[in-house]
This record gives sequence, C-alpha cells and structure tokens, in this order.
Amino acid sequence: MEPQLAEPSPKGSRKVILQGNEACAKAAIYAGCRFFAGYPITPSTEIIEFLSSEMISVGGTFIQMEDEIASACAIVGARWGGKKAMTATSGPGFTLMQETIGYAAVTETPVVIVNVQRGGPSTGQPTMSSQQDIYQVKYGSHGDYEIIAMTPSSVQEMYDFTIRAFELSEKFRTPVILLADEVVGHMREKVTIYEGEKAIRGGHRNYVVSPQEDFYTGGNCLVEGQLHDEEGMRIGHLPSKSGEFIRSICGKIQNHIDEIQDVQSYFMEDADIAILAYGSVSRSALNAVKQAKGIKLSADEKEGKLRFLKKLVRKKSAEENPYSHLNVGLIKVNTVWPFPEKQIRRLAAKCRYVFVPEMNNGKYCREIERCLKECKVISLPKIGGEMHSPAELLESIAKEVKEDE
Amino acid sequence: MNRLMERYLRLDALPTLFCAGCGNGIIQYAAISAIENLGIRKDTALVSGIGCSSWIPCYLNMDVMHTTHGRALAFAQGLKLARPGKKVIVFTGDGDCLAIGGNHLLHACKRNIDITVILVNNHIYGMTGGQKSPATPENAVTKTSPFGAYDEPMQGAEIAMSLGATYVARWTAAHPVQLQKSIEAGIKHKGFSLIEVISQCPTQSGKSVYGNKDPAFIINYLKQNSFIYKEGMEEPSGRIKCGILLHDNDKPEYIERMENKTEQYRKRL
Repeated sequence: MEPQLAEPSPKGSRKVILQGNEACAKAAIYAGCRFFAGYPITPSTEIIEFLSSEMISVGGTFIQMEDEIASACAIVGARWGGKKAMTATSGPGFTLMQETIGYAAVTETPVVIVNVQRGGPSTGQPTMSSQQDIYQVKYGSHGDYEIIAMTPSSVQEMYDFTIRAFELSEKFRTPVILLADEVVGHMREKVTIYEGEKAIRGGHRNYVVSPQEDFYTGGNCLVEGQLHDEEGMRIGHLPSKSGEFIRSICGKIQNHIDEIQDVQSYFMEDADIAILAYGSVSRSALNAVKQAKGIKLSADEKEGKLRFLKKLVRKKSAEENPYSHLNVGLIKVNTVWPFPEKQIRRLAAKCRYVFVPEMNNGKYCREIERCLKECKVISLPKIGGEMHSPAELLESIAKEVKEDE
Repeated sequence: MNRLMERYLRLDALPTLFCAGCGNGIIQYAAISAIENLGIRKDTALVSGIGCSSWIPCYLNMDVMHTTHGRALAFAQGLKLARPGKKVIVFTGDGDCLAIGGNHLLHACKRNIDITVILVNNHIYGMTGGQKSPATPENAVTKTSPFGAYDEPMQGAEIAMSLGATYVARWTAAHPVQLQKSIEAGIKHKGFSLIEVISQCPTQSGKSVYGNKDPAFIINYLKQNSFIYKEGMEEPSGRIKCGILLHDNDKPEYIERMENKTEQYRKRL
C-alpha cells in the first residue's frame, strides 16, 4: 500500500526540498490554520520560527506566549474566535499542555498540537530523538477521554499528516496530536506540497454534545470545562448524565475508528514475521524488510540516502543474503491512537512473530501483546536517542527465530 | 426579577452556586449594566477561570468560556488576537489571577493587550472551603493558616499597575455604581484594564477575615474602611484604597503594535 497523499488543491502542486518541521508549518498554512501560539523548545523550534513570518504573510496571527501552558490555552481561545489554530512543542512543553488538552477534549474544541519528541524524562535529551511520549499522548491529561495521534515517518508524512490532523480535528471536534520525533522533525527530503488553501469542512453535529457556535456569531455559546449538556450547563454533579457525556466524547472517536485509522502494510501478504513500527523507526524497519527480501532500494528511495548504505545493499544482494530465510513484512501504524486493534489483528493474522521496535523502553508493544494473543510479540526497545539500524533489527529477528528452532 | 437581569440571565441555570449574601451578584449586575450601557452585548465574550467568581459569567446569555484554573487570561488573549475587533472581559479571583495565574497576568499587563479584567478579591479560596489566598490579610486564621497568615498579602491593582496595565481601578462591593462606571471605562479603554473589586464572602472570609458572617456587616465595614483616592491626596493608612488608580492613554496597545510592525512586513512582500 502506497502512502496516501492529501488530495491536491486545484491550484496544483510542486516538488521542493524541506525540513520536516518546515513541512509541518507549511501544511498548517495549506490546511487553513491562521493562528499559531507557541514557545520555543528544541527540537520543534523551526516550526515557531517559520510561522512567525509565514503566518503574517497569509494574514494570520502569530504570538509567542509566556510558556507552553499559555500557548495551548491561546489556541483554544483562538479556535472559539473562529480561527483554525495550532501549537508545536516537545516533551517538557507537551507535559505542560496536558491540562489544556483535557479542556479541549471536554469542550470539543478542534486544535492541532505538534509534539516533536525528544528524549526524556525531564529536560532529558533536548537534541536527541525518542518515542517516549507514546503513552503521555494518550493518557497525559487526567480523566477519561480519547485522543487522535498520528506518527509521521518522513517529511512528506509531516506534511500530509498535518493536513489530515486538521481534517480529523474539525470533523470530530477534538484535539489531534501530531506525534513526530526529532528525526523526522529535522530531516530534509524532497516532498510534494500544494498551492492555495484546502477547504476543510466542519464537524457533524451528531458527533458532539457541547455547544459549537463560534463566538461573536450570536450563538450565546457556553464553553464549559465541567461536564455539561447540549446547552453547556454543568452536569458534573449528576452521575448518570456525566457517564453519558464521557461515553459520548470517547465514543465519537472509538466508534469511527475505521474512518480515522491509517495502517499501512508492506510485504505482509505471505509473511510469517512482522515488524510493527510507527514514526521514524518504521523507515529502518522497511529497509530491513527489503534487505531480507534482497530487494534493491527503488530509485526514489535512493535519493537522499547515504552512499555507504547503497553500497551495503548492493554488496548484500550480490553476496549471499544471510536473512533470506526470514519471511518478514512491515506493519506501519500511522494513527497510533485510537489504537487500530482490528486492523493490526487482520494484518498479523498469519504471523508467528511480531517484532515491535520503538525508541523507548518498550511501550506500544504492550498494546500489541494485548491484541495479538496467537503469536509471539517481541519488544525491541532502544533508548539513548538513536534509531534502530536495519542491521540491528535483522540481527535481533534472526537471533530470536534461531533460538526457537 | 430586575428587567435587565432577566434579559441577560440563563434563567434555566438558576439558582446560582453562590452563597446567600455573596458579592458576586453585585458584580454580575455591574458588569451587565456596563455591557448594556455600551450596547456591546453581541460583540463581547466573557472568559473566566476557576473559583467562585469565575462562575459569574456562566449564568449569562452571552458567549462564555469557563476555562481552567489560572488560565483565563491565556485563553482570553488567544480569543482577542483571533478577533481583534471584538471585546473580551475576564472574570477572575484573587487565587485564580494572583496565585496560579500570576505569570499570565504579568505578561498580559506587560503586553497592554486590550482586555478588561474584573478581579474579584474576596481574600480567600471560597470554593474549596476557606483556605489562605495570596490576598489573605496577615494574621487571618484560615483552613491552611491555622496560626494566622504570615505571608504579606498581594495587592492586585498595584501589581497590575507595576506590570504595565494602563487602566486600573479598585472598588468594593459597597460601591456598585462606581464599579459599573469603571467597568465601562475599562471596556472603552484601548489597552489592558483591570478593575479589582473587594468583595464579601460571608461564608469563608466572613469567618476568617472579618470575624462576622453577616453580609450587611461586611458591606458596611467595606464602606467605612475604604477611601476614594484622588491624585495628590494624603492617603489614610489602614484603609482600602478605592477609585481610578491609573488611566494611561499614551502607551500603545499590543495588537496595534503588532499590526504596525506586520504592516511594514506585508508591504515589503
């Protein structure tokens, strides 16, 4: 399955070389975002830098706030003023935003929040990559709510997923998180971008409970952080109505998972070993799968790759391929939350092994273990700030399979 | 019911959460009257944080955002920046604005962004049951200052002046007419305006601060123990300083400054 590009606008498209963070910022403008509030933090800073002028040239509003708390609050405020709004941050700032993410979820406010992950905890590793926020993105704010989170693995996906994030947030009236990482944030690649502005339609009234009229339109809209009814009136003291409200804001996402989910598969038709990866790690994983199959990298993929890697591939395929016995494919999860359980189960139905490489201590693999009971789920955590190399992945897989035989 | 109140209140939301004798009703009415007199109901949004005073706008039939603790000013600034031509009024309390929201107050004042803040100071955390706030007077025995408060109390209005707000006034719940006029002036003022209202909380500060839970007693106390400041006057000590404390029309407003700068940039494009 090839990556699905966002539909081109009637004004056409062009190919350019962009950095991931820059692509995200450009996509926001294309998606109609006209308000950005943020606070500088490595490794997301290029987004706020780029938008400090770009937002002005398209007639939007940019403000550097006093902290990430204020940034998240300001975008929610701006959205009720009728402007599509976004902020971008990294680990420590994302932690500060959690309270407001909960507020956006409960008030059903569509906003996009970009988290370019770095190593944690605390100040952690400001300049290194990680996927350690995979649980924070879902469980970070207190209480029960559902979140949509997308994990780009390339600059093109930084662009496309940002547009998709705005579409999903507007449709389901909910905060959407673009869960990028330092690798995709800072890498430069050739991407297709679109001219003009995409018209993104608003939400379906059936999905939401809360009042939804933009301010100053005569709607007398009461936006309330306490659990509330259709009029915005508090119901937090009423157990049955409160339960219903929570079921509703969770249900509007859980019940539309088929529409929200984006899971790609590569060479999974007859594979009995799967690598399940998300974000930048899925690039290594795809490379590993191709090496095992003795497939030369396509012309497109060769572009921008380091020369020694090409040599390595040529050498491997010329000699005997030590991994040719591994019948391995890739499941690439683009929407990590809501958890695309059915889709993963369907794709991994014939697998004996599912390997889950992640740049953290082994987190998402717990979800995979829970949903795949028939096969062996093996976590391949890597902490320290570097991605798994394809060779590392193949060695770990070969070792595990050999031990079992 | 008062005709004006009837037109503004969400009648099906009544009764309010406020205790009998609370100052919030006086402040609510002053704000409604100001909005009505200026004829800006449809062009005004109300934003509040968490605490008793932050419930004031929630009973009004207007665009209202009841946000998280301390953050009202951050939400309000986002809204104002998105719709510079419209009005934003923030309702906040001494805990909401001066403790947890202090950083946002600092930066909103410094920006001199065109927002009007009504800071309801009842000297205590009322909703959580009577704990010490940043404005609690020294020696007041509250649930979290059992030996008497020993922090120096914060003065909301003076802090706002020192941080760069350009219209600052203070009144008490015993000055409803002056309060309404100041709210009107604050809304009309182009820049950051803050109107502090010393308000009675008979339930909590009645017990902890005034030693008397009778609302009428506290209102009388506020009336007798305050003075209206006039420039150059000798200030009596130990009494609440009321009046228009600052009105500066010269400092440019934030969005104006932003637009001036970006206009130059757009021209260069």
